[in-house]
Amino acid sequence: MELDLKKLKLRSINETLQNLDRKKNERDFKVINPEGSHALCAGLTEDMNINIKGHVGYYCGGMNQKAHITIEGNAGTGVGENMMSGKIHVKGNASQSAGATAHGGLLIIDGDASSRCGISMKGVDIVVKGSVGHMSGFMSQSGNLIVCGDAGEALGDSLYETNIYIKGKVKSLGADCVEKKMDNKHIKKLKKYLKEAKIKNLKAESFKRYGSARELYNFKIDNLSSY
Amino acid sequence: MCGIVGVYLKTKKFEKDLGKILSGMLNNMESRGPDSAGFAVYKTENEKNYKYSICINKLNFDDFKNEIIKKVKKPTISQFSDHVILITSDEPEKVIKVINSEFTDISLVGYGRSIEIFKQVGNPKDVVKKFKLETFSGSHGIGHTRMATESAITTDGSHPYSTGEDECLVHNGSLSNHNNLRRELKKQGNIFNSENDTEVAAGYVSNSLSNNKSLKDTLISGLKDLDGFYTFITGTRKGFAVVRDEIACKPAVIAETDDYVSIASEFQAMAHLPSVNSAKIFEPEPGIVYSWGN
Repeated sequence: MELDLKKLKLRSINETLQNLDRKKNERDFKVINPEGSHALCAGLTEDMNINIKGHVGYYCGGMNQKAHITIEGNAGTGVGENMMSGKIHVKGNASQSAGATAHGGLLIIDGDASSRCGISMKGVDIVVKGSVGHMSGFMSQSGNLIVCGDAGEALGDSLYETNIYIKGKVKSLGADCVEKKMDNKHIKKLKKYLKEAKIKNLKAESFKRYGSARELYNFKIDNLSSY
Repeated sequence: MCGIVGVYLKTKKFEKDLGKILSGMLNNMESRGPDSAGFAVYKTENEKNYKYSICINKLNFDDFKNEIIKKVKKPTISQFSDHVILITSDEPEKVIKVINSEFTDISLVGYGRSIEIFKQVGNPKDVVKKFKLETFSGSHGIGHTRMATESAITTDGSHPYSTGEDECLVHNGSLSNHNNLRRELKKQGNIFNSENDTEVAAGYVSNSLSNNKSLKDTLISGLKDLDGFYTFITGTRKGFAVVRDEIACKPAVIAETDDYVSIASEFQAMAHLPSVNSAKIFEPEPGIVYSWGN
């Protein structure tokens, strides 16, 4: 089914996708003429494939559950923000705060992502084939951030338990972020993500792993009842 | 919030359409700034004369015309709603004095050999319409839609700010050290007409350019001297530059083709531009000055 933003309003397109017609059981959609619209395909909750032909605005695929969204263009601020599950694939570049606060699912960005990629991520897996800007992984809590290019300043500042894998250069590490040893289990895990993102030319062993030194945050399991 | 837009034409192909392109961009940025709007268009350079963009506010156009004819040399005056473009061979020093001392309640929005500036409170769509931006042609242009945060919704608080000959600046963001900087710049002889933070940034640029610094070097030193959040677009007679502060909270996206380079706060402002889907699209990196022309 084709949904044209030149003919239909954004809200009506989102409503169609959020309330699938069970009688038709249509699960494949194409969205044309997005022209930078904000909040496109936000709040989807079911298994479906959506192909967006062009550039999108802010928060595309925000809060996504289960849906597979492909953006054949660039994405604005906060693509896949607060995603719970499913998959979002940006074929161009992503603006700042890609995958912000996302709990689950997979976000693949073929180009570069700007600053604060994966900020406060809570379990999502993010694969960036290009580079990421400054403050990426800021206060990120869990999940995996994989970058095939370089990382900007203050990578992983104040992070908790996210694993960050970088192939290229890191301009600087943020507070409490340190390089960590790549064990076999990390290499195995990274291989899985590279395969999922169809990256064949890079070896998992050539990445460096970064994570928390655990000196900045004071979460102790024994104190759980106090929180 | 605020929306900022700009187009710099690298070839002559779209010169006639500049106003149409810019008005579409401003209309699309209404959601980022519904309080006021303004734009600056650079037309062919006028070698003999100066152009003065004046907001006459509530003053009757004929009254203004009858008065100004007596005071400046061979003026040509065209009216665009509550703004007029006054063309005369008289030097800026004299004309600025006449405008400021012989009239009450009118304000000089900008002047130069090429620039024409219009700005007013109201919805961008209405502002663009009343100044007939669609009919403008030119080599480059800059626009702004304002969501007022830092000072009142007035014509003086609207962008672009022009504080020097053929110069203008628009801003998305806020400055925190503008009061100190304004005092410093005033000491060096610069004049400010509002309490607005952006006017200080424009004054800073003009002051530096008048000390023979290039636009690029000016903006590089501005990264150190201007404290706050900003994406700036600045225009000069022959050029156009963009800079974001180091933190880069304020968005900007650039689209470049062989014929033009355009910048906007959001891509949707540029979605109507010719062959934009095949343009090179990128975000200006924090703390890097991008410039075109001179």
